[in-house]
Amino acid sequence: MSEVIDRPMLEQEAPAKSRLKIIDCDIHPSLHARSDLNPFLSKRWQEHLKTYGDHLRTPYIGTTPYPRSSPLIARRDAWPPTGGPPGSDLDFMRKQHLDPLDIEFGMLQVLDMFIFSQQNLEFGAAIQRAVNEWQLAHWTSREPRLKAAILVGQDDAAAAVAEIERCAKIGQYLQINVSPRANEPLGRRRYWPIYARAEELGMPLGIHVGGYGGHAPTGGGWPSYYAEEHQSNAHSMAATLTSLVLEGVPEHFPRLKIVFIEGGFGWISSTMWRMDQHFERFRAEVPHLKRRPSEYVREHFWFTTQPIDEPDEARHLRSLIEWVGVDRLLFSSDYPHWDFDDPRFAFKTPLSEEERAKIFNSNARALYKL
Amino acid sequence: MAATRIDCDIHPAVGGTRTTLLPYLDDHWKEQVVSRAIDGLDLTSYPPNMPLSGRADWRPKNGKPGSDLSMVQRGAFDQLGASHAICNVLYGAQAVYDPYMAAAFCKAINDWIATEWLARDKRLRASIVIPLQAPDLAIEEIERRAADHRFVSVLVMAQGESLLGRRHYWPVWQAAEKHRLPIAVHAGSQYRSAPSSVGWPSYRYEYYLAEAQAFQAQLLSLIYEGVFLKFPQLKVVLMESGVTWLPAFMWRANKTWRGVRVEVPWVDREPAAIMRDHIRLTTQPFDGPPDAAGVADIIDMIGSDRMFLFSSDYPHWQFDGDDAIPPHLPSAIVSRMCADNPLETFPRLSLAA
Repeated sequence: MSEVIDRPMLEQEAPAKSRLKIIDCDIHPSLHARSDLNPFLSKRWQEHLKTYGDHLRTPYIGTTPYPRSSPLIARRDAWPPTGGPPGSDLDFMRKQHLDPLDIEFGMLQVLDMFIFSQQNLEFGAAIQRAVNEWQLAHWTSREPRLKAAILVGQDDAAAAVAEIERCAKIGQYLQINVSPRANEPLGRRRYWPIYARAEELGMPLGIHVGGYGGHAPTGGGWPSYYAEEHQSNAHSMAATLTSLVLEGVPEHFPRLKIVFIEGGFGWISSTMWRMDQHFERFRAEVPHLKRRPSEYVREHFWFTTQPIDEPDEARHLRSLIEWVGVDRLLFSSDYPHWDFDDPRFAFKTPLSEEERAKIFNSNARALYKL
Repeated sequence: MAATRIDCDIHPAVGGTRTTLLPYLDDHWKEQVVSRAIDGLDLTSYPPNMPLSGRADWRPKNGKPGSDLSMVQRGAFDQLGASHAICNVLYGAQAVYDPYMAAAFCKAINDWIATEWLARDKRLRASIVIPLQAPDLAIEEIERRAADHRFVSVLVMAQGESLLGRRHYWPVWQAAEKHRLPIAVHAGSQYRSAPSSVGWPSYRYEYYLAEAQAFQAQLLSLIYEGVFLKFPQLKVVLMESGVTWLPAFMWRANKTWRGVRVEVPWVDREPAAIMRDHIRLTTQPFDGPPDAAGVADIIDMIGSDRMFLFSSDYPHWQFDGDDAIPPHLPSAIVSRMCADNPLETFPRLSLAA
């Protein structure tokens, strides 16, 4: 153990004039109610939504089988005074989050409606279109700092590509999102038409944690507690990273850029070491890989920072950042969820001006061409 | 005699049910395996011809890697310098669906290893293979072996029918604790459900990488279900799990626990502290960073010199050459992991004849 107490300099201690404007790569807007989508749905799908609703591979129709510690996973102070769920009121989001924290741009990540996990694919296609329209109508057209993603249910790749084409023509979207918990690991070829289109359009592929893929949240079975299920999200991200790399997605789509959202970044370096460690012994099984797996990760993947790891020693967070590479990291807050990271306090280790600029702003600016 | 160096994970191979195990089956199961041709239970996790399953110089001319005692002796003892070694048999008994068949095959494996391995080399020890599919039968098998101190642990797979913390397994852990047997959770899957939360992988390589996450899920399950509160003497050894995922996993577990501990109020201290007390890991594979400074960082982050157990994973191909100790490990760790830590983790090692 070091004798020196390496007290971190927190972001709020930085001189005011050097305070950066923040690009927040994970903000969750919410519907007030599902009927908000009716203007964007045909009569048939409005009726379907009301009568049958979601068909997801989870036991309950209205809630999660792993009850969170707070209602709607939200910060207790994030409920808008005007009513409605956290994240549903743009003015309140401005007042509580965008303005005080100097958010220059915020990447919207819609989790409502489980677009990635709908078993009825036709319903899923209608819903994804409605949500993609709603993002523009209710959010980005009213607040230019907020940026939408094209959400597509990956398991109907044809419908996904059609929706990508429709949205790309509108031109207001910055990335294409799919779920890490799909029917199959995301590297498999059924999903490649989506990646081909993303690459051609020059849009990053966003992969936010969550979804109901029909598999247990762990490779050892169904956990009993939210505490387990919550952490299993990072495990899904590790498995998704290895699937994409080992199937040759970056090899096959050399210009594709992939963003892992809300997986944190603590697990990445050990995953890269493990992939590389076993590469030679398994190489004959994956002859399509031309380079060591970690090289693909370092060129093709970006990782949002929340939930940031909190080691007891600040120097350990420092090592973690260096192992992953400061160029791969994108700040995210996860507003308005309970495990929100505040940009002023999240990094409990000293960062240079240059590193801060990259993590909080310029990496995302370059990636999303902002 | 050379210094004590206990190799906590080597793999003798069962040739087959109708060959190797036949003498150890009762008449009913002898008749069954012969007349129904029940054989070939090599686990999907470890195809014998796959490079990982056997280093080239540890493959016998005939048969599977690990099937020849004299070759194992030359490799694990003469070449790699172990003074003792713990045999973990990875044959498919643990994945059988029929609980009676599973129990019969586990019993046969344990009788076979006792007769043909432990009795022929006093340096060998073994884990008890149990039919966890049927906890009552698993307990019977533990009780049957308990008096034989050459059995030093209980072997289960990292990916079974359900997470290991779940209450239906508690009587098994109780029996293990009573007999001072740590639970050896070894890489391997029953293939009951997808090896990862994202589904069925295409490649063995991908599957093998996903094992690391399954081990992590098992730790969370054991901790949050309260297994170590219920059985405070119990130790769990992760075998062939990889090591370097541990620090970031500990931090995330602590952070999550701080946020949601209201759900599991019986977990009264940080998960990482519980891990340091109850969890041990074998050191092959280590999956380390390429540089000595990185390895030193990882060790510093884990914050314990008691968690590491020397292993070669013989005959699995994890490294080349004669040194099974992962590169750059600090000498303080190396000196503890070869003798002190194994003796502390497997108390029956000191009892055996």
